[in-house]
Amino acid sequence: MLKNATGSLTPNSMRNIRPHWRGRVYAIAGLSIAVIVVVAVATTIGSVEIPIFTTLRILLSQLPFIDFSPDWTGSTETILLNIRLPRIILAGLIGAALAVAGATYQGLFRNPLADPYLIGAAQGAALGAVIGFLLPVEFSAMGFGLIPILAFTGAVVSVAVVYILARVGKTVPVTTLILAGVALGALWGSIYSYLIIISGDKIHGIIFWVMGSFSLSKWSEVGVVLPYVAIGIIVILLYSRSLNIMQLDEEQAKQLGVNVERTKLILLAAATLITAAAVSFVGTIGFVGIIIPHAVRLIWGPDHRFLLPLSVLSGAIFLILADLIARTVMSPTEIPIGIITAICGVPFFLYLLRRRKGIVYF
Amino acid sequence: MAKLEVNDLTLAYGKTTVIDTMSFSVSKGEVLGLIGPNGSGKSTLIKAVSHVITPRSGRVILDSKDISMIHRSELARLLAVVPQTPILPSSFSAFEIVLMGRNPHLGLLRYESENDMEITYRAMERTATLPFAERRIGELSGGEIQRIVIARALAQQTEVILLDEPTANLDINHQLEILDLIKSLCTLNHLTVIITLHDLNLAAQYCDRLVLIKTGQVHAQGTPEEVITTDNIREVYGTDNCVYTHPVNGRPTVLLQAGGSRNGNLNRNNKPE
Repeated sequence: MLKNATGSLTPNSMRNIRPHWRGRVYAIAGLSIAVIVVVAVATTIGSVEIPIFTTLRILLSQLPFIDFSPDWTGSTETILLNIRLPRIILAGLIGAALAVAGATYQGLFRNPLADPYLIGAAQGAALGAVIGFLLPVEFSAMGFGLIPILAFTGAVVSVAVVYILARVGKTVPVTTLILAGVALGALWGSIYSYLIIISGDKIHGIIFWVMGSFSLSKWSEVGVVLPYVAIGIIVILLYSRSLNIMQLDEEQAKQLGVNVERTKLILLAAATLITAAAVSFVGTIGFVGIIIPHAVRLIWGPDHRFLLPLSVLSGAIFLILADLIARTVMSPTEIPIGIITAICGVPFFLYLLRRRKGIVYF
Repeated sequence: MAKLEVNDLTLAYGKTTVIDTMSFSVSKGEVLGLIGPNGSGKSTLIKAVSHVITPRSGRVILDSKDISMIHRSELARLLAVVPQTPILPSSFSAFEIVLMGRNPHLGLLRYESENDMEITYRAMERTATLPFAERRIGELSGGEIQRIVIARALAQQTEVILLDEPTANLDINHQLEILDLIKSLCTLNHLTVIITLHDLNLAAQYCDRLVLIKTGQVHAQGTPEEVITTDNIREVYGTDNCVYTHPVNGRPTVLLQAGGSRNGNLNRNNKPE
């Protein structure tokens, strides 16, 4: 066959080039089902043995229009519905929150090392919480103690201060934001380390908080965390295509019609609010915000329209399973969940990394 | 009537004035070349015309509207930019990058339609980038990336395209292919083009009019014959006696010879008469 002189003849097969959307949509559907399965399985496992069918019937009977004649005891139902289920739901919510916040920060900063804590949220939250532990006042609002409220405030105030400090004229360059965040984070860190040293007998509670734990989870906490996380995730998902465009430099993003400064502020605020809500009750759980988005990126690619929802679902599954291990492996002693996320998450992540022969594109 | 006008534009980084009260205009379907030495402010001018930086004074008028009054996504449907040495995320495929050109045409939460895909194929076909459409950016050469970015600008389907040194990374064949493509789009689709080029010969071959910039000011503007003259080139670049006439089409042509620069004075005596 003669070669086309201009070389511009396009074979029909080229027309079939498509972004790989279908597989990613199936992945979202599959992981959604997996979340439900994992929740159901996790509720059956614990120090009190509850058969899976009993679990399912108890769960289903909570839905309207479904009635089973109860053949289980009241205490079984209480353990399941008021102890295990809120804890599992909270773990799922916080896993989703940290994973999606991590993916958002990484995209926003175009930096693979960014996590929900990079610009001072964790250190601010920890400082707030430590102050809460040390204050000799009894305080509660809407049934919550001082610690979650101060932790939430610490995270939000810390990031807000970082944002204001990083402003250069009308813009907030990503580099100054990271540097200001790391610097202030170090300052908060040194203050709370000092406070921990002088904390005396409260040190155990503080360290457990910093490493993260779901041991005291209640439905009321789910009720507080859920709106922040849900609204934050919805806002972030709305801006997912803009986040794709912002993977180019900011000049090109502007030239492709993205209002860069506004998008940055909205995404930063949304990601910070869900991070603050997540850490305020259970402490600063590490690794989820880094490992989950990168694992998703390695498997399903960098398009944020899929990366973000897939991170939500994978983060939820990962933290529910990590918490399951934390509460069962050395039962009745609980292991801080931050230790489990590292021990279980890191080998899996390294496996994914090696499977791609070490070639990582960010 | 002018499609795009630059009126008394002054651009500065801090206290350093880069462009000083500059004015020029482009008509519909015209290719305007910006030429001048390194650091004369060409790239800064492109950034101001695409409203990435805000001028100290003066205005850029597109379709008789001040561009600072046009919403950013609206502006991206009217005017596309091919930046010099663009930063692209290495994990995206070439196709995904070109598809980003459709962004200003899409609403919140909308995905690219079959029509957007078709526009993207055509843009990639024209820039000969389809063969590596599924490869990741990190695996592509500088010249391939250059053509990907040009394809993205075509996919934006704007009436004006600004190109900042689009041929810098390309071999001679791809230089001609890209410039022929842009030229034909101007003729057939009445695309308006502003292009910065450091290759004066390509500028003379492809541009309808040229603006020669010297330290932020217009030194000369007009047809290539009016602008690329021995005097102008000596005054702006300091290079003497290098403008000739193209043997085939008569356009001005710059031919360099060793020892022609300021540093070549020592050899001047050896020049054959």
